[in-house]
Amino acid sequence: MSARDLLPVILALAVLAALPFLGLSGSVLNFLVTTLIIALAGLGWNVLGGFGGQYSFGHAAFFGTGAYATAILQMKLGFNAWAALGAGIGLGALTGLAIGYLSFRAGLRGSYFALVTLAFAEVFRILANSADFTGGAAGLLLPLRPGLATLQFADRRFFYLLVLAFVGLALLASRWLERSRFGAHLIAVRENEEAARALGVDALAVKLRAIALSAAITAAAGGLYVQSFLYLDAGVAYGTWISVEALLAPIVGGIGTAFGPLVGALALQGLGEVTKHLAGGIPGVDLVVFGACLIAVIAFAPQGLLGLRRRRARAERAVTVGA
Amino acid sequence: MYAPQILIEAALNGLMTGAVYALIALGLTLVYGVLHIINFAHGALLTVAMFAVWGAFALFHLDPYLAMIGIVPLMFGLGYGLQRFVIGPASHGSDNNVLLVTLGLSIVLENALLALFRSDTRALDSDAALQVIELGPLLLSTPRLIGFAASLAVTGLLWLVLNRTDTGRAIRAVAREKLGARLVGIEVDHVYAVTFGIGCACLAVAACLLMPTYYVNPRSGAAFVLVAFTIVVLGGMGSIAGALVGGLIIGVVESFSGLLLGDSLGQIGIFLIFILVLLVRPTGLFGARA
Repeated sequence: MSARDLLPVILALAVLAALPFLGLSGSVLNFLVTTLIIALAGLGWNVLGGFGGQYSFGHAAFFGTGAYATAILQMKLGFNAWAALGAGIGLGALTGLAIGYLSFRAGLRGSYFALVTLAFAEVFRILANSADFTGGAAGLLLPLRPGLATLQFADRRFFYLLVLAFVGLALLASRWLERSRFGAHLIAVRENEEAARALGVDALAVKLRAIALSAAITAAAGGLYVQSFLYLDAGVAYGTWISVEALLAPIVGGIGTAFGPLVGALALQGLGEVTKHLAGGIPGVDLVVFGACLIAVIAFAPQGLLGLRRRRARAERAVTVGA
Repeated sequence: MYAPQILIEAALNGLMTGAVYALIALGLTLVYGVLHIINFAHGALLTVAMFAVWGAFALFHLDPYLAMIGIVPLMFGLGYGLQRFVIGPASHGSDNNVLLVTLGLSIVLENALLALFRSDTRALDSDAALQVIELGPLLLSTPRLIGFAASLAVTGLLWLVLNRTDTGRAIRAVAREKLGARLVGIEVDHVYAVTFGIGCACLAVAACLLMPTYYVNPRSGAAFVLVAFTIVVLGGMGSIAGALVGGLIIGVVESFSGLLLGDSLGQIGIFLIFILVLLVRPTGLFGARA
C-alpha cells in the first residue's frame, strides 16, 4: 500500500477522532459509539459480501460469538478484558471458518448461502437462549468496574477512541483487500468463480480466508458492543437486527469499497435517529425507513452513496470532454 | 416413555399443522419455480394477511372462514402489485438484488405493522378455537382439522390450475423457458406478477385457517419464514408435491421435537433439518435437478 492509499483512511480517522473533543453531549457520544460498532460489523460483512460476493444474512452468528465470548471469559473465567476480547475475535473467526467450510464445501451460494447463514444464526440464538453458561433468557450483566484492565473508562471518550481504532484497523484491512493479491483473487471469485478456478485460483481457500477475516471483524464489533453496554442476551447477540445492520451499512454506503460501510452506517444511523425524533416514540418507524432505503438504493443507486459521487464525477467529466 | 396415545396425538397434531405449513410453503415454492428467486418477504406478507383476518373479525365480527372471500383477492392484488411495480423494476433482473429487495420489503412491512399495532399479541376473541371432535380416545381440534382438509384442497386446486388452465400453462412455460415463452407472445412480466399474486393468495388462505387457533403480532411471520424455507428446500425447490410432503414431515418433526425438548429448544429441530438438507442434498427429496 502506498501513502496515497493510506491518506483517506488517516484523514477520516482524524476527523472522527476530533469529534468527541468538540464538547458533544453524552447521548451524542453514545450514538457515535453505537454507529461505529455497527460500521465495524458492516466492515466485516463487506469483506465477504462486498469483496467476495457471498451475501450472508447471518452475521449475527459472529457478532454474538464475539460478544458472548468476551463477556463469559471475563465473568466466569476471570480473563482480563483485552484477552477476552482477543479470544472473542479468535472464536468468531473459527465460527466463520466452520460455517464457511460446511457451506462452501456443499457448493452453496446466492440465496442458499444467505439462508444457511441465517439458519446458523438462529440455531445459535436458540442455544444461547436455553443454555446455562450464557445466562439463558435472563442474559448476562457485566459488572461495572472502570479500569484499563476491564476496558471500561470513566471518560466515555476513551472508549469511543478505542472503537475508532478498531474501525481504523478494519479500514486498513479493506484498503489492503483493494490492493493485494488476495483481494484480487477474492474479487475474481466474486465475478466468475469458474473462470477464476480455471486460472488457478483456489476458490475454496480464498472464500474460507475471506469468511474468517469477515467473521473476526464482526466478532470484534460484538465484543466491543458488550463491553460498551455491559448487558447481553440471545436476542441482542444473535438476533436478526445485527445481521441486517451489518449488511445494510455497506450496501447503502457502497458495496465492495473500503469506506462504504462507514459512510452507510453514519448515514443510516443518523437518518434513523432523526426519524425516531420526528416520529416521537413510535416503535419501528426508523426500521421502516431503513427497509425503504435498502429498496431505494438497489433500485436507483446500486453502487451506494459513494457510487453516486463517482457517477456524478464521471458525468461532469463527460460534459467537460463533450464541451 | 410416552404413552402411545400422546405419541399418536402428537403425530396427528403435527400432520394438521404441517398441512397449513405446506400451504404457506406452496406460495414460496411456486414463486421460486417461476421467478427463480427466494421471496424473503413471504413471512411478512403472511403477517399482513393474519392482521387482515384479525382486523375483519375485530371490526366487523367477520368469521375468519367467511373473510377468506375478501382477503384472498386482496392479497392476490397486493402480491401482483408488489412484483409488478416494486420487486421487478427495483431488482434490475439480478437474483442477489431480488433477495435484498424482498428483505427490504419484509423490514418495511414488519415494522409498519409494529408502528401501527405495537408489539402486542392479538388473537380472535371467539370460542371456535376450543371446539373439539372426539375420535375414539383422541380429541382433535375442529379448526385445525378444517385447516388440514382445506390445505389439502387448496393444494389440489392449485395443481389443477397449473395443469389444466391457460394461465397455468403460461406459468409453467415461463418457468421452463423464459425467452421461448416471450417469443410465443406470453407477457412474462404479467405472468411473474400473477405467480407472485397466487403465492400471496395462498398465504391469505393459510392466514384464515391459522387465525382461529393462533395469534398474531408484527413478528409472527418471521417464525414461519424459515419453516417455510425448510419445507421448500426439503421438498425440492419449485415442486408442489414436494411442498406438501415436506410440510407434513416438518409438522410432525416440530411436534415431536417440541414434545421431547420442550417448547423453546424444540424449534431447533427444524433449523437443523434445514441446514442438513442444504448441506447434504440441496436438491431436496423431489428435486432431480439443481
